[in-house]
Amino acid sequence: MSVKTLRLRARLPFEDHTIEFNEGISLNGITALFGPSGSGKSTLLRIIAGFEKRGNIRLTYDNAIWTDTNARIFCPPHERPVGMVFQDDRLFSHLSVAGNLAFADKRSPKVNHPITMDQVVKSLDLLNLLNKFPATLSGGEKQRVALGRTLLTQPELLLLDEPLSALDIRRKAELLPFLEKIPREFGVPAIFVSHAIDEVARLADEVILLSPDGHVSAHGPVPAIFDTQEMHEFTGKFEAGTFLQATVIAQDTGFKITTLDFEGEVMRMPMVASLNIGDRIRLRIRARDVAVATSRPEGISIRNAIAAVISEIKAEEETAFAEILFKVGAQTLRARITRQAVDELGLKVGQDAFALIKSVSFDRRVMISALG
Amino acid sequence: MVDLSPIWLTIQLAGTTTFFLLLLGTPLAWWLANTKSKFRPVIEALTALPIVLPPTVIGFYFLVLLSPNSTIGRFWVDITGETLTFSFTGLVIASMFYSLPFMVQPLQTAFQAIGRAPMEAAASLRASPINAFFTVVVPMAKRGFLTAIVLSFTHTVGEFGVVLMVGGNIPGKTKVISIAIYEHVETLRYAEAHQLAGGLMLFSFIVLLAVYTLNRRDAVHVG
Repeated sequence: MSVKTLRLRARLPFEDHTIEFNEGISLNGITALFGPSGSGKSTLLRIIAGFEKRGNIRLTYDNAIWTDTNARIFCPPHERPVGMVFQDDRLFSHLSVAGNLAFADKRSPKVNHPITMDQVVKSLDLLNLLNKFPATLSGGEKQRVALGRTLLTQPELLLLDEPLSALDIRRKAELLPFLEKIPREFGVPAIFVSHAIDEVARLADEVILLSPDGHVSAHGPVPAIFDTQEMHEFTGKFEAGTFLQATVIAQDTGFKITTLDFEGEVMRMPMVASLNIGDRIRLRIRARDVAVATSRPEGISIRNAIAAVISEIKAEEETAFAEILFKVGAQTLRARITRQAVDELGLKVGQDAFALIKSVSFDRRVMISALG
Repeated sequence: MVDLSPIWLTIQLAGTTTFFLLLLGTPLAWWLANTKSKFRPVIEALTALPIVLPPTVIGFYFLVLLSPNSTIGRFWVDITGETLTFSFTGLVIASMFYSLPFMVQPLQTAFQAIGRAPMEAAASLRASPINAFFTVVVPMAKRGFLTAIVLSFTHTVGEFGVVLMVGGNIPGKTKVISIAIYEHVETLRYAEAHQLAGGLMLFSFIVLLAVYTLNRRDAVHVG
């Protein structure tokens, strides 16, 4: 299926400022609309769904005009081939889970290879819920039903409006794997609204970063955007980090360790059972989880010591810290250590050193699209 | 033997009134629950008027409005050959206004409680607005509908002033239970008055008891 483009130009008053948006979004994989509350990200999603038509809007999908406030064109929400999953699940309380799914199934358009009820039930693990009513489900279960119901409308585009934000940490962890696999498994691109950096890092291929005053401050692939100044300003130095790509070379089921090849260096992380040997994966490593040594350390619990060349040292004069950038093959690693440590170790640009990684967090398999 | 025709007439009047009120009151209540129009308070006040006005005031204005001397009354006579005043049709029209708040207010409250969210969810599942209204809003508002229908029906059963002014006391045409009771009392036939009055009281109590019991039992929808 060819990649379609959604083009949205919107200018509308929002709270105490004006939302200004003018972007083309290639619908391929998951695109995150990421920004602080008040940046209008949910409003943009509602414009795409057709629930918002205030202000000056022109929205096109492929060659179809969905909203054009100047030309007074408006395609009603139920005629747009999009499916929205809301922050609150919005299940119909008078229908059982099966009834909620059937509601969508009955009204779905005829397509060549429809997403079937069986597929949805299996993929989202809904079999045991079918006869229950929404009032008796947990938050995570409700969102799974909502997601399944939306898939049955045979959407060409999924809109996910902070589907995790109403859940506690445990429920969130339960739902994340589903959100992660669904758009790919069913071949439906998604636009995902979030204000949580870890969700964006884990789920999204592309990210559109919105500023607090409602402007777009960056738009591009997740690894590239997460490394920009705009992103660091938004998330703060504490969360700053880098994305790395590595290949799975071994799975140790005894110690529960996954071993990776990272630019010829060996890296280990707690085992992710779903990975296969040979998988290319994306890792996110926060700068504060990386320490620096001038020689390969021994007698230390940290398993990941990567030989690397220091490519840049950025001292933050107003704080205690400095940022060290390492070059490892074609990739960059970032460490955040004290300026005093830089001084006492005598670190210099161009010097060979070791980056000690305390914690590796697995983001997900790298998709072809993300490799670009 | 009691004359049953006032009872039958009352049921017909209340049933017809409730039926047409449901058709008129549902869209009106939906509009009131969702509109941002500045006319909303005006329409809300007009709708609530019958609660505060003495029925005789309503009856008086309807008598004037529907009489053959008025445009509406004249028009009706021209097309049907009958007058609206002192007729069953006239009674239905006046009763609809008299019971309007009892239909609109419970529905408006129910629609407001449901909000726009389920309609948006339904639209996102490809349901047209009309379809979404009947398949999502109506079932979710069923207690509101039940309350509105029962209150409109029983309130119409209990009307007196409006009927007397607009309809008079024509057996089989406008002589409903309340009028019949009044007539029995005027003519000192207390036994007949008791039968109708007691029957009406018992009926009203049973209906209200049924509504409150149903509403209570249906409070939580658990499969």
